[in-house]
Amino acid sequence: MTNISVDALDFVKPPDSNQPQNWRRFFGFSTDHKVIGIQYIVTSFFFFLVGGVLAMIIRGELLTPEADLVDRAVYNAMFTMHGTIMLFLWTFPVLLGLSNYLVPLMIGAKDMAFPRLNAVAFWLVPVFGFILMASFFIPGGPSQSGWWAYPPVSLQNPTGNLINGQFLWLLAVAISGVASIMGAVNFVTTIATMRAPGMTWFRMPAFVWTVLAAQIIQLFGLPALTAGAVMLLSDLTFGTSFFDPAKGGDPVLFQHFFWFYSHPAVYVIILPVFGIFSEIFPVYARKPLFGYKVVAVSSLIITGLSAIVWVHHMFASGTPDWMRMLFMATTMLISVPTGIKVFAWVATVWGGKIRLTTAMLFALGALTMFVFAGITGIMLASVPVDIHVNNTYFVVGHFHYVIYGAAVMGIYAGLYHWFPKMTGRMYSEGLGKLHFALTFLGTNLCFFPMHPLGLQGMPRRVASYDPEFIFWNVIASLGGFLLGVSTLPFLLNMIGSWVQGEKAPKNPWRAIGLEWLVSSPPSHENFEELPIVIAEPYGYGKDEPLISNPDKLEVVHATP
Amino acid sequence: MQPLDASIDTLDTSLIVAEKSDHHEEHDNRMFGFVVFLLSESVIFFSFFAGYIVYKTTSLDWLPTGVTGLEIKEPAINTVVLVSSSFVIYIAEKFLHKNNLWGFRAFWLLTIAMGSYFLYGQALEWSGLPFGFGDGVFGGTFYLLTGFHGLHVLTGVLLQLIMLGRSFLPNNYAKGEFGVQSTSLFWHFVDVIWIILFTLIYVWQ
Repeated sequence: MTNISVDALDFVKPPDSNQPQNWRRFFGFSTDHKVIGIQYIVTSFFFFLVGGVLAMIIRGELLTPEADLVDRAVYNAMFTMHGTIMLFLWTFPVLLGLSNYLVPLMIGAKDMAFPRLNAVAFWLVPVFGFILMASFFIPGGPSQSGWWAYPPVSLQNPTGNLINGQFLWLLAVAISGVASIMGAVNFVTTIATMRAPGMTWFRMPAFVWTVLAAQIIQLFGLPALTAGAVMLLSDLTFGTSFFDPAKGGDPVLFQHFFWFYSHPAVYVIILPVFGIFSEIFPVYARKPLFGYKVVAVSSLIITGLSAIVWVHHMFASGTPDWMRMLFMATTMLISVPTGIKVFAWVATVWGGKIRLTTAMLFALGALTMFVFAGITGIMLASVPVDIHVNNTYFVVGHFHYVIYGAAVMGIYAGLYHWFPKMTGRMYSEGLGKLHFALTFLGTNLCFFPMHPLGLQGMPRRVASYDPEFIFWNVIASLGGFLLGVSTLPFLLNMIGSWVQGEKAPKNPWRAIGLEWLVSSPPSHENFEELPIVIAEPYGYGKDEPLISNPDKLEVVHATP
Repeated sequence: MQPLDASIDTLDTSLIVAEKSDHHEEHDNRMFGFVVFLLSESVIFFSFFAGYIVYKTTSLDWLPTGVTGLEIKEPAINTVVLVSSSFVIYIAEKFLHKNNLWGFRAFWLLTIAMGSYFLYGQALEWSGLPFGFGDGVFGGTFYLLTGFHGLHVLTGVLLQLIMLGRSFLPNNYAKGEFGVQSTSLFWHFVDVIWIILFTLIYVWQ
């Protein structure tokens, strides 16, 4: 009898590529938003390491004033690819991964609105990642015109080949744009139409608000970049003269197209990180999010304002005075909704019962870094200061405090916080805290020195520099290498804990939210029965239930 | 025997789950998602329009040498055909609502004919022009705008052909006709974009 039933079992074994216990689903075309979320996170972390290696080569070159480590042209390719990879293949996709994993769980849906579109959008990431990496291996090497690809530099094409580094760069950016639009349509539709019964707009977790705000930016911003990229590609390949000043074109127009998207793109990155802050501070301070509704709406205000600030990147590009004044004012206005958020987070943490877990440490560290970056941001928004430090290391320092200090550390906070939910295992707090200490120290060592360097006049994107700048450059390089080292305890922790960490319960942090009411990891369909939401989020210390049917979310499978 | 029974139970549930997850509530959300996509798509056109206006108002030598302007008569006829096809496709949709499939097919086919006529007229105009894609920002923007729009018209006609073919599948349009509705919406979109484009390029000279 035993033999028969084993054979029969094999025979009737269901196609289980989507079952939670099957690891192979991570390598295939899964339509489960949780699998896709983890696929995004792991893929993008690989590219984060690639971009990090490029950054360490750059910092290695800058250890000495002479250009001695790599060829100058190679150096140009390095910083171009570093910026492009870090934005298009790390920060965007890793946040899409977190959003993909969390949004359906947080709003009480079984999946995204368009699961197949979701999978296609993800699989385009390795495709354009491959195209971008391939440019290292073609004659002439990758694009050398920086991540912003300003013409006429980007139109030079020294090899004369049809397939050149800039061509592959534009192709990769275009595919990335298509994938992002697919994702944005999916997220906006999911959030607007698939919320669980009782999940009104003002019962959505703040993270969902920020994802909505960020994805709306993708919808109106990316097409503008696409338009500019199509015209640039046509100049490069078909001999048109849109941006070629020698043939009557207008290179500044490209800058408008580029920054109309690429400044808001910073908010596409930072908004979900704001969402992570809003989720994490209440949990580890045991207090409701201060001013939840205002925090929620301020995300949309940032979305609105983000569409009218782009010219602040072009104060030195021959823009008329009225434009400079206008965009200086709108840029400074952005600090109002962001200031509201910072105030709300500080007020949330204030007087709370704080638990300094790794996630909380990263969130607090990232918030501190964000405030610092916000102050230098206000400095840069002002036209006189911006003209003075334009294209210097001050700008590089500022945006690395935003993108590494605030965004990457905030992403780490989110990864630690939801790690037990995603993997069903607990991470090691010891390794986590070591990771935090190295990252926090490395971030400040690497990026703080860029501010004095910029104020003293060291230009960005140079392989060699005046020997008077050597002191701060050596410090920055040491910080950069420390940041490289800091990823080791993280990798060790994530892989080790996923394989043999302690089993995670449903809700290890005693957090309030729909995702914490189902098992870790959740079942394929998330909720057996849709939750019926009866309370606002963040009810810490209120002792009121979040939903009316907590017992019906999952079926308990009796093991045979 | 127990393990076998249990495994068959699991199989049943997993099949049902698989069935469900294939459809989800995707059906109801598709129109919402499509409208969001069209809004996003329109920004590409608006970016090109903005670029056109900048070039037109700031270029030192706007028209290439030997070019005096664009002939407006033939494109105007083309415009009338394309704009009227928006009403024709609306009538086709009305017929489908009343479950009159042959009425639907007749007017749907008329829309396809009008769209194809527009494409033909466009191709005829292109072939007779004295300037090319590389002739200054004037030639560049002209072919970029009309070409990108023409690509959308072509997409619309292809979608219409698919929907026409699908109308011959038995009972295909019985439980909703998302494909027809979205194709029709796309057609109106392409139409509105053309009206702006025509005004910018041909009327404003």
